[in-house]
Order: sequence, then C-alpha cells, then structure tokens
Amino acid sequence: MSEITRTKMEMAKSPEGVEGPGFFLTSMEKAVGLARKNSIWPLPFATSCCGIEFMATMASHYDLGRFGSERLSFSPRQADLLMVMGTISKKMGPVLKQVYEQMAEPRWVLSVGACASSGGIFDTYSVLQGIDRIIPVDVYVPGCPPRPEQIIEGLMKIQDLVGNESFRRRNSPDYQELMTKYGIE
Amino acid sequence: MAVHSDEHTKALHDQVLYLLKEKFATGITSSSCDYDFPVFVVEKEVAHDVLKYLKEEPSLNYHFLTTMCALHYPENAGNEFAMMYQLHNMPENKRIRIKTFIPEQKLEIPTITDLWAAANWMERQEYDFFGVHFIGHPNLIRILNMEDITFFPLRKDYALEDPTRDDKNDSMFGR
Repeated sequence: MSEITRTKMEMAKSPEGVEGPGFFLTSMEKAVGLARKNSIWPLPFATSCCGIEFMATMASHYDLGRFGSERLSFSPRQADLLMVMGTISKKMGPVLKQVYEQMAEPRWVLSVGACASSGGIFDTYSVLQGIDRIIPVDVYVPGCPPRPEQIIEGLMKIQDLVGNESFRRRNSPDYQELMTKYGIE
Repeated sequence: MAVHSDEHTKALHDQVLYLLKEKFATGITSSSCDYDFPVFVVEKEVAHDVLKYLKEEPSLNYHFLTTMCALHYPENAGNEFAMMYQLHNMPENKRIRIKTFIPEQKLEIPTITDLWAAANWMERQEYDFFGVHFIGHPNLIRILNMEDITFFPLRKDYALEDPTRDDKNDSMFGR
C-alpha cells in the first residue's frame, strides 16, 4: 500500500493548566478564550474593493473557515466581530455606529484597508476620515486593498485579543470610559 | 452618438438660433459652437420658457433632458453661478446646450420639474452641492450629502479636503 501523505495540521493549542489522568485544570477565562477565539462570527460590513478581497478571503483558496470564522453573521445581534471593509462616507457613519451598537458584548472591530482606517485617498468633505472617529477599533489592516493574507493576519490578531481578553475588561472603568468617549451606551 | 461635423453643428446652431431669436429676441444673450455642441446663453427670466419652447415646438422637438448642472464662476462678478441644460432630440439625434447665468445675491431660478419629472432629483442635487434655489420645486431638500451640513461643497470657495484632519500639514506635501 502506498503511504498516505498527511497534510500538516495544527490543532488549537490547549491553554496552560494542570493535566493528569482523566482531568485537566485551567482557568475559566482561558477555556472560554480558547472557545471564543476559534469560533468568531464576523459581520462583514463591506462597502467597496476591500469587500472584494474579503470575498476572496472567505472563498476556498484562502478559507477563513480554517480560523473558525466561516459562519458569517448578517445580523449584528449574533456577531462577535465587525469587519469594516471599504470607504465609509459621512452619511454612512450613523448606520455603521448603529450596527456596532446593536452588537452584543463582547464585540470586536477589525478595520480593513486604508479607507476604513483613515479615509485613505478620499480626503474629502463627504468621507469619514477613519471609522475610529465613531466606533472603537481593535485591529487595523493597512493596504489599498489589502491582500487576503493581510486580512487573515488581521483576523489572527483579533484571535489573539479574543483569546487573551480578561473577563473583567468589559466592566472595567477604562472600557466604560472608552465607550463614553464614543458616546455609546 | 454620432460625432457631427463642424458644418453640421453650425447648421444646427443657426437653425435653433434663428427660431429662438424669432421667439425670444433679446432673451438670447449669446451663442456658440463648443466642439460639436451648439450652446445658447439665455437670460434667466426666459430660461424656463426657452426650454419649454425647445421641448414643445414640433420642428425642434428637444424632448429629452440629458442632464443639467450648476456651474460656479467665482471671478465672474454679478453672474457667479450658471445653470446648464443639455437637451436631446432623439428621433433626429441632435443635441444642444442651454446656459443661463445667475447672480450669487439672488441665487434662484424657476424649476423645470413641470417640463421634465427627471429634473426633480437633478435640481435637488444642484441645490445640495451649489445652493441654487429652484422656485416651484416640489421637494427642494438635500439628496446626497448629510442633511445637517451647513455648506455647499462644490462651490469653489469651499476646500475639497476634509477640514477635520489634524494629522496632515503642508510640509508633508511640499506645499
């Protein structure tokens, strides 16, 4: 029989803990972090060419499903991650903010591409100069548009944040202050 | 779209000018052939009637409003703004342009929504970007920009760049 060549696969690493026969001890925070980071439901808010790159990222060749994010949520209420991809005009701003406000905690935001991050080439009266003017952003992906590899890198950075987030972060005064700064309650 | 020869454009220009002069006399300020487009500059008092005449006169039959837009000439004192209308006679494939100047102090002109329903949104757009008031327009509100902006962004006295950026300065652009 010919030898079966196996693709090198990497399973999600278990968190630090105490292992023994039949049991494994770790903190709740780490266990939840592990589960969350490998099952992020993204909400794609795609308005332009970065959205096209995102489509490539979701398709079989790059396959965001490898990172547990193949289940897109088109309702903000079930989404964990808001992926903003493309130019956000000032008129679109309140819509984006409303989508963010409708998401349940904990929630993360990935700003993909130059336009979402800074307004990009559209330094003009009608374009929002970066979505961080209206909602807090966790990770920025540069590029115009970024390649799928860059979007995946951004998602992996989000995974790091999700996996290592403290349970108390969302109740901390710092976080409350951040929300207040953006006028979100 | 057939590109008309110079003679063709000139002939079209002369024909329309003759009829317009006959009907409106001094209301027609000037006329020219810009590339393959006959252009007629008319007084704003008669602009609506000229357009109505061009549309409804059977020998002219400019029944289709291709486009319209406002123009800003800040250096043209007393006539800082203009409205431009492009009309199309589809059966004969003839196109003409009507232009009329408006002073900034009294930036208003009668609506042409009674002639072409398609002018409704285009006039709203010109109001939105230039602040031209169309008298008699059924719903003259902003159409593309944020409802609460306080300026008319395509006027030349308004900077195109976003005024809220503080991370850019002239030294970055060699200015």
